[in-house]
Amino acid sequence: MARWDLFQEMDMLRREMDQAFRGLGRGHTTSFLPGLSVGGYPHINLSEDEYNYYIEALVPGIDADAIDLNVMQRNLSLSGERKESEDKDYTWHRHERGTGKFMRTIDLTSNIDTTKVSAECKNGVLHITLTKADIEKPKKISLHSS
Amino acid sequence: MTADDKNNQQESVPTKREEIRTPGRVLVPAVDIFESIECLTLTADMPGVAKSGLEIDLEKGVLTINGIVESVERGRPILREFTSANYYRQFKLPDLLDGDKSFAELRNGVLTLTIPKSEVAKPKRIEIRSK
Repeated sequence: MARWDLFQEMDMLRREMDQAFRGLGRGHTTSFLPGLSVGGYPHINLSEDEYNYYIEALVPGIDADAIDLNVMQRNLSLSGERKESEDKDYTWHRHERGTGKFMRTIDLTSNIDTTKVSAECKNGVLHITLTKADIEKPKKISLHSS
Repeated sequence: MTADDKNNQQESVPTKREEIRTPGRVLVPAVDIFESIECLTLTADMPGVAKSGLEIDLEKGVLTINGIVESVERGRPILREFTSANYYRQFKLPDLLDGDKSFAELRNGVLTLTIPKSEVAKPKRIEIRSK
């Protein structure tokens, strides 16, 4: 008689859930699909601490000098293009990577000092550090007694 | 298995069952695969992977790509559109490829892997003899 094993059932359920989530979207990470949606790419991670904003943008296959980075007081924009490879006599088996132009504007909640921006493009990831402007220092208010 | 055994199993160190799961999350990189007369080319988007973190294995017709992502967390996250995880993908390749002569290039987070076809696989022109 086959015994029903609770743990085996949970294992199977977990494996099925893994499979289901793996197939979510397109079954692979669409980390970069320029040309497909305006302002959708590149995907970014934005974080901050007391003094700076930090942005990481996924731009695989793009050289550092092919990216246009414009900084304004309260936002920045990233644009560029990933070109298609020259048309040769190829037989395509799989075509999951995107090509085309990308343009994205990121709004920030505080003003930044546009003279103090650093950006580095490494291994297809763009790291940007923005310094916040004029961090408010608490003002001391003197009290008069009447 | 009695009820007691089940309880014991739950408390013990992860058993063989736990090993099936890959440690941590894993991203599947988007790839292009195209073929010319001479070779098969695979390009994969793996931003954040450096040459030192890339492993490519071709064994028994199975191509395995493993890319380790080093990430540095700075500050408190406000917006997260991608996770930092390693890239992993496997492919079953046709037999008629010459794995020994393949070469790879990693540039700006994009892996380009070129595998030449073995002589047998290249299309040959067959002369038709007329009688």
